[in-house]
Amino acid sequence: MFKSEAASWYRIQEMFRFQSFHMYGIIGLAVALGVPMVWLIKKNNMKDFTGAPIVFQPKNWSIWRYLLGGTIFGLGWALSGACPGPIVVNIGAGYGGYVIVLASAILGTFVYGLIRNKLPH
Amino acid sequence: MQPWPWYVSGALIALIMFIMLYFGKSFGFSSNLRTLCTMCGADKFAPFFQFNWKEQSWNLMFLIGSGIGGYIAMNFLSPEGYTVAISEATIADLADLDFDTVKGYVPDSQFSWEAMSNATNLWILIAGGFMVGFGARYAGGCTSGHAISGISNLQPASLLAVVGFFIGGLAMTHFLFPFIY
Repeated sequence: MFKSEAASWYRIQEMFRFQSFHMYGIIGLAVALGVPMVWLIKKNNMKDFTGAPIVFQPKNWSIWRYLLGGTIFGLGWALSGACPGPIVVNIGAGYGGYVIVLASAILGTFVYGLIRNKLPH
Repeated sequence: MQPWPWYVSGALIALIMFIMLYFGKSFGFSSNLRTLCTMCGADKFAPFFQFNWKEQSWNLMFLIGSGIGGYIAMNFLSPEGYTVAISEATIADLADLDFDTVKGYVPDSQFSWEAMSNATNLWILIAGGFMVGFGARYAGGCTSGHAISGISNLQPASLLAVVGFFIGGLAMTHFLFPFIY
């Protein structure tokens, strides 16, 4: 994440301004490889290292949770310049502010857990 | 210094997803946030946190590894004075906001230890982090879980989540940043 600059706030800004292919290339290639990978795993009933079949959990369709949850996440992603993985990467890199971001992300998760039965899903 | 090309990173991410699947797991980082809540005692407060968090320790290992990776990459794999190689257009846009100099990996003015002494900066960090945590659990995943794993599994729900990510990200960048910065 770090060396490709995917964990960089500056790159996230660049991405949301559509001013470079870079971030789209990273995620796009991962997906371009991931789609046939998952397809092949399913088609060949591939097993994991324990011999158990590799299973994929389908997600139930819902408009509210994905659109609303996703939008809230996106607001935070642009504001903090990082999604959860990069938050931790940046802490490792020494950017103290991300400790607050992580603590607050954990708090946000906690609040979600508390109020989720009141939210549309 | 040039960053690793996008195709190196994209390919490595796909490889990591494969390794996770091969070990009977999945590639999705944000569930770590829920695990961390439970480890701090959140299970006393809501059923959402009542699960055996030790079964998620593999994902916590990924989290710790990510932090170590960041440390190694910054301290041993990056030259002195390293600055991200973003486009001229982005540099110009950021100069119109509060970010006059693009230096380093993320803006020191916002994310350094010193920046935290400024109340506005602190609120920005808190708000950003809160929305990432809340939004990721509400949507049931972040970039790794939805944009990469979910779309690789051709899940329409994940595509909708990514649409949401972009609605939020674009709104923040284009409509809210001029007010914040």
